[in-house]
Amino acid sequence: MGWTEYAVAAFAVLGAGIAMIGGGFGPAIGQGYAAGKGAEAVGRQPEAQGKIMTTMLLGQAVAETTGIYSLVVALLLIGIVNKIL
Amino acid sequence: MGSLDEVLEGAKTVFTIFGVDITESVVNTWIVMAVLVILALVFSRNLKLYPDKRQNIVEIIVDGLTGLVTSTMGAKNRNFTPFIGTVFLLIAFSNILGIFGLRSPTADFSVTLAYGIVTFFCIHFFALKAKGWSYIKGFGQPFIFLLPINIIGEVAKPFSLGMRLYGNLLGGSVIMAMISGAIALFVPAVASIYFDLFSGFLQSFIFIMLTMVFITIAKDDED
Repeated sequence: MGWTEYAVAAFAVLGAGIAMIGGGFGPAIGQGYAAGKGAEAVGRQPEAQGKIMTTMLLGQAVAETTGIYSLVVALLLIGIVNKIL
Repeated sequence: MGSLDEVLEGAKTVFTIFGVDITESVVNTWIVMAVLVILALVFSRNLKLYPDKRQNIVEIIVDGLTGLVTSTMGAKNRNFTPFIGTVFLLIAFSNILGIFGLRSPTADFSVTLAYGIVTFFCIHFFALKAKGWSYIKGFGQPFIFLLPINIIGEVAKPFSLGMRLYGNLLGGSVIMAMISGAIALFVPAVASIYFDLFSGFLQSFIFIMLTMVFITIAKDDED
């Protein structure tokens, strides 16, 4: 195996890490914002807690989508490394 | 759930018929289907006006789903409940199959993309039925130049639905494989409650919520 394969594997692993940096930031901020607003809403209207909880979880799961995309990309990159080495 | 390498490798081929590979995902979906059919037969046998324990459980589920569909899609779309409920139960049971040590069928992009495509055809079939020609004209709104972007947006929907479900399930099983590889006692059981049960139900709930919202917007939106 030449050095190109090693370089490809190294950069694929690096790329997987970078993908997860970006994919970790956005959803974390989005989910935290949704949770904060949810807590605010429960504080204002404690009797509507069930409905707020459902809406918040739904919004968080949709916000999570981009993070999941980058997770899939990272896993695909790691799969490439497994194939090369 | 097997080791990390097994999870990342994808679904294994169980056997081949006429050159078509029947993978683990297909076989596990058959298991889910068999369980659902048996449950349906057991729970729908001799229903009574004054329900017993067994019938109460089903009535709670059916009532909950009907209420969810009615509150999300409006009272006139109440008859979507059987379809939405079927999709919910199928995906939920597929997701929690990981608890029993089997590979979840939904941790395979082909399966989740197929569910997404079912939603895609539902959206456009019911929208065409409800609005007719004006629905197709709606893609050229507000300018005709936006037609390609609108079409790409529509085609992206099944991919995003499928990718969301697949990524969550695959991520969950990767983390579960890592945890059970690192710690053998007690911790995997607790993690399994979150990653298999809670996450599985949440993801199937999100899938049907988005399906309902997409169908309602395409069908009933006045513009």
